[in-house]
Amino acid sequence: MIGYLIRRILYAVPILIGVNLLTFVLFFVVNTPDNMARMHLGMKRVNQEAIDKWKAEHGYDRPLLFNPAAEGSGKFTKTIFFDKSVKLFVFDFGPADDGREIGVDIQQRMWPSLAIAIPALVVGLLINITAAMLVAFFRATYIDFWGVILAVAMMSISSLFYIIGGQFVFSKMLRLVPISGYGDGLSALKFVILPVLIGLVAGIGGGLRWYRTIFLEEIGKEYVRTARAKGLSELRVLFGHVLRNALIPILTGVVVVIPLLFLGSLLTESFFGIPGLGSYTIDAINSQDFAIVRAMVFLGSVLYIIGLILTDISYTLVDPRVRLS
Amino acid sequence: MPILPVVLWTDALIFLLLGAAIALGFYAARREPLRAPWRQIRKRPVAMAAMVVLLAYIGIGLIDSVHFKRRLPATEAGQTAQYSPEVVSLLDVVTDRLRKNVERTYSAPLATHAYAKETVEMPDGTQARIFPRLRYGGAHLADPEKEWPQDLLFTAVQGGLLGLVAALGLNALFLFVLSRRRHTRGGTMVREILAGKTDTAWRATLGTLSLLVIWAGLCASLSFKYHLLGTDKVGQDVFYLSLKAIRTGLVIGTVTTLVMLPFAVLLGIAAGYFRGWVDDVIQYVYTTLSSVPGVLLIAAAVLILQVYMDRNADAFTSVTQRADVRLLFLCIILGVTGWIGLCRLLRGETLKLREMDYVQAATALGVGSWRIIIRHILPNVMHIVLISVVLDFSGLVLAEAVLSYVGIGVDPAMISWGNMINSARMEMAREPVVWWSLVSAFVFMFGLVLSANLFSDTVRDALDPRLRGR
Repeated sequence: MIGYLIRRILYAVPILIGVNLLTFVLFFVVNTPDNMARMHLGMKRVNQEAIDKWKAEHGYDRPLLFNPAAEGSGKFTKTIFFDKSVKLFVFDFGPADDGREIGVDIQQRMWPSLAIAIPALVVGLLINITAAMLVAFFRATYIDFWGVILAVAMMSISSLFYIIGGQFVFSKMLRLVPISGYGDGLSALKFVILPVLIGLVAGIGGGLRWYRTIFLEEIGKEYVRTARAKGLSELRVLFGHVLRNALIPILTGVVVVIPLLFLGSLLTESFFGIPGLGSYTIDAINSQDFAIVRAMVFLGSVLYIIGLILTDISYTLVDPRVRLS
Repeated sequence: MPILPVVLWTDALIFLLLGAAIALGFYAARREPLRAPWRQIRKRPVAMAAMVVLLAYIGIGLIDSVHFKRRLPATEAGQTAQYSPEVVSLLDVVTDRLRKNVERTYSAPLATHAYAKETVEMPDGTQARIFPRLRYGGAHLADPEKEWPQDLLFTAVQGGLLGLVAALGLNALFLFVLSRRRHTRGGTMVREILAGKTDTAWRATLGTLSLLVIWAGLCASLSFKYHLLGTDKVGQDVFYLSLKAIRTGLVIGTVTTLVMLPFAVLLGIAAGYFRGWVDDVIQYVYTTLSSVPGVLLIAAAVLILQVYMDRNADAFTSVTQRADVRLLFLCIILGVTGWIGLCRLLRGETLKLREMDYVQAATALGVGSWRIIIRHILPNVMHIVLISVVLDFSGLVLAEAVLSYVGIGVDPAMISWGNMINSARMEMAREPVVWWSLVSAFVFMFGLVLSANLFSDTVRDALDPRLRGR
């Protein structure tokens, strides 16, 4: 198992290098440092001196990938690619284009993101699985049919509608919770409730349908027939046998997103003015701060790969047949 | 020629897709294994009703994809033809009144007066704060307070009756064709359909069609005299905007698939069939791409396009063309992030298929690799491709709205549901609330996505051999 994990982590290295090269090409080759300088200084009346000064200040005054002027290994290390991208591997994100340290910002901003993402995930899982079990229990009846139609209708509504509508009803009309913002400690609770609630409602349609399919697939299997033949009640069959076996496909979907929870939700956070990583990214996109976007891309891919490894580990925990080697 | 046809990039792709769909239809109609799933789809009332709605959306989208420029009236004799710089579509011509009847600012649905009070100079020279009359909405009424409810009812009933006549005509036509093909009498046919005893779910199909036609008549008649769904901040008719946005949604949902399909199919099958280093390289590529969070990849790409467009502003002759290139680019980027799932599925399926006896036999007989892929593998993974195409569609339509909201979607000059929502999101804070542009965008989008979802569910059930017979 340890050997397997080490191998998996080593496999991740070329992938992360690929991600880095990809983002580097996207950001620097198509959009050269000169363009970036011009954009930050304003398009009009920028002379070459001002551009050079900006580049020197922000560390963009080196060659992109290969520095023929430098000595020895400096040919590769004294370049923008090394400076801006390779340092990401040791999680040294450097300063954003406005001078703030990205690493510090990320550490501060991940907590509000988690405060919304974790309750939404846990409660959402409970609700979705329970609802899907109910529908599976009543399969091939009118409850099942209309349940599925309702789920399809709910997942056909844009998530923007849930957010805008929820804010309108609960904050503007009923004045139960503030429209947006965030507070420290327990006072954050009243800001967190509505986003979590909306996340739950928006996710229930897709979740119900997805878990229902998984349960129905399991219900069709031989061991369920055996369990029924033994004379077990339908509820025992569902909770004792079907649910436990359905955990394997459920885990695949859930574990992989757990690390990504750090990144928060772009939409929810920017709508509710929550100072998490999601709104951080949106702000960076809007102000065209490439340093932040690059850091977030890298962080996102690292977390995704961690998620994949965690999924493999969780398989061995729930399914005794799976051995990692 | 009084008009000059303009073929935008996305237009060309849409019609290519339409051609491909029709060709696939003809191909499938002559092959029993492909007709069987279609028969199963036809039996489902929900699927047929969803299909009618979907076809209505597609019809509007197609009309809106025929673009041209109008010729300007010649100012002097013998002059070479001059064309208006404005690119219009067939839909613009049909809804010309809606497009040109621009008010000054917000007005509520079916209103005759503006939404906000304005200082107006009265005929006697004094100034007063009143709700001014709209320039076009209900302009034919002399005394709106008294005549408005009556006129509204009259117009609605008139339009509804017109729609009813059209619906009856359509139904009669369908009945005639059906009874001819079945060699039954019209009366028997009607009874069978009403009882829901036909093989194809005609009751649901014709019912939905009739309702749709009546509804269309009602809307058309009202929208000629009023602003059916009100006007937005700059006074544009919201009903017109919602109709125009259909094309954008459809393009995002379909062209994206068209762009990604060749890559996904080719790479997925190649990885599964050749294995070895080919498989390693392809797996590396898609793992790398899928590790980058999709939204961020899209954001990066759109930002770069924006910079590129700002630098080469003169390469795009009109706003429409500029918006179109951006739409196409968005489709490509969504395709790049979207092909991975399908590619992975196809690779897995091909890995299984290549061990099948008939593939082994073909290999033993010395059939070339590509020939085996085209003749034996491709037809056997086609159902996966079709299923993923229809399942992806609704997700893409919804994604457009979110991306446009975040500011990395379609061009702000392009009419889309996302842009409508984006520009209207501050209006909920007004007193009284300006709800109509938001609600219209959501309702139109909901109609398209819901019908696509319901239809694709049935398609999946019919095509997936694992689900068949359940």
